[in-house]
Amino acid sequence: MNVGLPHFLIISVILFALGFFTVLTRRNAVGILMGVELIINAANLNFVAFARYGALQNVLAGHVIPVFGIMIAAAEAAVGLAIVLSIYQNWKSIDTATTTSLRE
Amino acid sequence: MLDALSQIPPSFLVFLPIAAFTVAGAMGVAFSRNIVYSAFSLLAAFVGMVGLFAFLSADFLAVVQLMVYVGGILVLILFAVMLTSRISETKNSNPLHNLVVGGLTLLALLSVLGIAVVKFAWPTRTAPPFSPTSEVIGDAFLGPYLLPFEVAGILLLAAMLAAVVVARKEIKEDDEPASDASQGGTP
Repeated sequence: MNVGLPHFLIISVILFALGFFTVLTRRNAVGILMGVELIINAANLNFVAFARYGALQNVLAGHVIPVFGIMIAAAEAAVGLAIVLSIYQNWKSIDTATTTSLRE
Repeated sequence: MLDALSQIPPSFLVFLPIAAFTVAGAMGVAFSRNIVYSAFSLLAAFVGMVGLFAFLSADFLAVVQLMVYVGGILVLILFAVMLTSRISETKNSNPLHNLVVGGLTLLALLSVLGIAVVKFAWPTRTAPPFSPTSEVIGDAFLGPYLLPFEVAGILLLAAMLAAVVVARKEIKEDDEPASDASQGGTP
């Protein structure tokens, strides 16, 4: 028995579940963004695993779509962290339990 | 010990350490009480993903992951951590709340998705030999995926401008007359 598709899918499931747990349980806004990054990574891993082991017609899509996923993650991180810094300038805190309004 | 090791197929000897490294990093992100430790655990998770991509014969993606995630996104996250949390108070910089709901969701996701992955008979094929992928990906970007590629470029430009606009310090308009008045007031 060799390493196959289910092993990578299991790793992906673990990454997704831990990312979701992070998003649910964090109060620090930067921590929530870290959880989102883990979820995006899990999705990318699924695409590449199916491209190698799955019985598909179009193998190339499994390598191209993760590139777009990484691009989206980069844009999300840039804008998300800019919003976090902007909130910090207004509120002196990035605790999501206290920053309940978008204006001062 | 060596006999037990030789029983394991060699592909697992490579796969299991990489996978354990990745999962350990992700667990550090999820469970660490200190936001700085979380950020460095995220580094471990990203580096482990590089190894998994290399294992899957996705050489281009492995390098892109290393450059964009480790070199870009992680540095951004570390900057945000250092700028927003007081380093002297990192003991409680990253409190966990809703632990019951979060833990139940974690267990439910792991069990349901795990059982689905293991039980379902995925239509698989034997993996082809390792081959470079950057050439075909480049052809795909300038062929069938040209429009999404250009749209992604516009998205990145918009995100860059938005990040600059959102994160800049706001200059209040009523600051300027006040400073003029104070300058005029001094002899």
